[in-house]
Amino acid sequence: MAYFDHAATTPMLPEAIEAMTKALSTTGNASSLHTSGRRARRAVEEAREDIADALGTRPSEVVFTSGGTESDNLAVKGIYWARRTPSRRRIVASSVEHHAVLDTVQWLVEHEGAEVSWLEPDPLGRLRPEALHELLDDDVALVTVMWANNEVGTVNPVRELVAPAAARGIPFHTDAVQAVGALPVDFTESGASALTMTGHKIGGPYGVGVLLLGRDVATTPLLHGGGQERDVRSGTLDVPAVVALAAAVRHAVTEQLARAGELAALRDELVASVRRAVPDVVVNGDPEHRLPGNAHLTFPGCEGDSLLMLLDAKGIECSTGSACTAGVAQPSHVLLAMGVEPVLARGSLRFSLGHTSTTGEVRELAEVIGPVVERARTAGIAGMKRLAGSGGRTTAEV
Amino acid sequence: MRVLAAMSGGVDSAVAAARAVAAGHDVTGVHLALSAKPGTLRTGARGCCTIEDARDARRAADVLGIPFYVWDFAERFTEDVVEEFVAEYAAGRTPNPCLRCNERIKFEALLDKAIGLGFDAVCTGHYARLSTVDGRLELRRSADDGKDQSYVLASLTREQLAHAMFPLGDSTKAEVRVEAAERGLQVAEKPDSHDICFIPDGDTRGFLTRRLGEQPGLLVDDETGAVLGRHVGVHEFTVGQRKGLGIDAPAADGRPRYVLSLEPVTGTVRVGAAEKLAVTEIVAHRPVTRIDFDGPVECVAQVRAHGGLAPAVAELVDGELLVHLREPLSGVAPGQAVAVYRPDAAGDLVLASATIGSTR
Repeated sequence: MAYFDHAATTPMLPEAIEAMTKALSTTGNASSLHTSGRRARRAVEEAREDIADALGTRPSEVVFTSGGTESDNLAVKGIYWARRTPSRRRIVASSVEHHAVLDTVQWLVEHEGAEVSWLEPDPLGRLRPEALHELLDDDVALVTVMWANNEVGTVNPVRELVAPAAARGIPFHTDAVQAVGALPVDFTESGASALTMTGHKIGGPYGVGVLLLGRDVATTPLLHGGGQERDVRSGTLDVPAVVALAAAVRHAVTEQLARAGELAALRDELVASVRRAVPDVVVNGDPEHRLPGNAHLTFPGCEGDSLLMLLDAKGIECSTGSACTAGVAQPSHVLLAMGVEPVLARGSLRFSLGHTSTTGEVRELAEVIGPVVERARTAGIAGMKRLAGSGGRTTAEV
Repeated sequence: MRVLAAMSGGVDSAVAAARAVAAGHDVTGVHLALSAKPGTLRTGARGCCTIEDARDARRAADVLGIPFYVWDFAERFTEDVVEEFVAEYAAGRTPNPCLRCNERIKFEALLDKAIGLGFDAVCTGHYARLSTVDGRLELRRSADDGKDQSYVLASLTREQLAHAMFPLGDSTKAEVRVEAAERGLQVAEKPDSHDICFIPDGDTRGFLTRRLGEQPGLLVDDETGAVLGRHVGVHEFTVGQRKGLGIDAPAADGRPRYVLSLEPVTGTVRVGAAEKLAVTEIVAHRPVTRIDFDGPVECVAQVRAHGGLAPAVAELVDGELLVHLREPLSGVAPGQAVAVYRPDAAGDLVLASATIGSTR
């Protein structure tokens, strides 16, 4: 077995499981005023402090949510609604965002009178501050640009991207779901107004995440009710999930970050061994500014779903990118935005490594990838139009 | 054998896959996503109208304990089945999209991919019997007369059938449903699908009019040449059609009138009495034969998916299949297939299939 899908979800850390298990057997609503309630509240507040400390912010700026999708929705919709005026309705968003941001922005355009300017990436998937600067004006309600791309692994210059927005007083949200635990993330230092992170990508539980939200950033809540979380996110706090999340964050910003170099070396070994077997493999994304655990590869002449099935049958798990609800592999909107031909985009796989990855797993992949690619090439691009051929493209080599 | 089971989400393909597993094959399930919806924000993405069917197929695969994937054949399906369906109607013919889908998608695009990926066969839930006798592949009608699908498989070539597996051929639908329930497959009671899958509301006319627009023409009495009415396109009609002709005045003799022929170039639809529909000679193109046609062969001809049977003599002449019907059939529409069978107690044997070109 080789698991190369840590960017989708990564195994829970023992310390997170322990913290969660312990908390599951205690009772107490963190909003209750009695002893059990105070005990629960204390656990939540300690978790909040740990997370704030780990991510360079104040406890009051930590808002617990149900995960990355909710945090993205809360930031984008909440800040847009709070700042919307007849002359300020534009959102600037990168075109390579996760669908939790992309579809939220699109929904605001379709239903809430928003306008959008898409910030396009360069061929390496990187978003450029100069390009962002060009898009900003007084009518912009919000800028949202991810810290690091979940598909191709490109890391953006967040501080430099924040600067032109900050100069105009425009709130800047960043989806840092893939960045936390992989890169140093300091919310205050970044200058961002809001930052999304989630538990299950760093060894915490599913179903819990955080929106770091600057105290002065006006935000309209999505969920109304008991007024928890600064009245921005009502709902009884999931104490076991919150304490487990804090345990995972502590681990992520210490040990995982310390091992980022090792992880990158293992990733490079994976890429090198794949290239030995498949010399024409193309590495997508930015060779320099890159998540340590990400290898995004295009295998010309193959269909991603053929490769995925053949590797799966050999016990090797990876990803073709996103899939629709029914489970159809989609050509990555990120690659398309980077200018990759659709037929090549469909022949791409993401291998993402994490805290349990080993050289043994990389060796397993190295042993089978050659024959698997050969096999997939025989099967060809069956589902596509017969005319489809492979066109030219701009590529990066790691 | 390594078997790729095409799983639509219905009960038939689920039980077919289950039988392949039970027979000891190494089975992988795939659901084909065939419907393309224009992407909006998700550039290049396609919507899924098959979410429920995909889920049903996935749950059946879970119960069987086999790997399961959804593969995207929407582009090929659109090109080879939907576009051709529209083009055929526009040309005044009546296509059979299920037959085309078997020919071009399930046993061409999917089969090619399966073979390429190292599978030996594609397994489907079709009701037809396939066996090898003295090294020769024989395709026969299903044990369930009412569900028999040999007609829409009869045009598959020897190479295609050599890699096909139809585990339901010896069973009736009722038996299949019972077996599905016994195997714990949730789709046991799922209703049969009848409509053309890409026209889920069943409104073929509406679909064609949306695709082809209005191409008005005249409804003409075949005998007198009198104009009986106007229509919005020949694609609204099928030879043998009686209802929905939009003729206000009854015929002089008071008898019902039927569509006799379609002339797409002039937009003329000829109508007339039932007996003028009677056909005794069929010339059919692109024959696929399963036996050697050395001369005329006694057979039973079938001219549409359900019904339309008559004893006949078939022969190959200049690469076309000529079928002389011993009893006239009505509603024989160009574009449909004619399949010819040799009656047999073990299931009528498919001898040949071809596309109906002209009739007399």
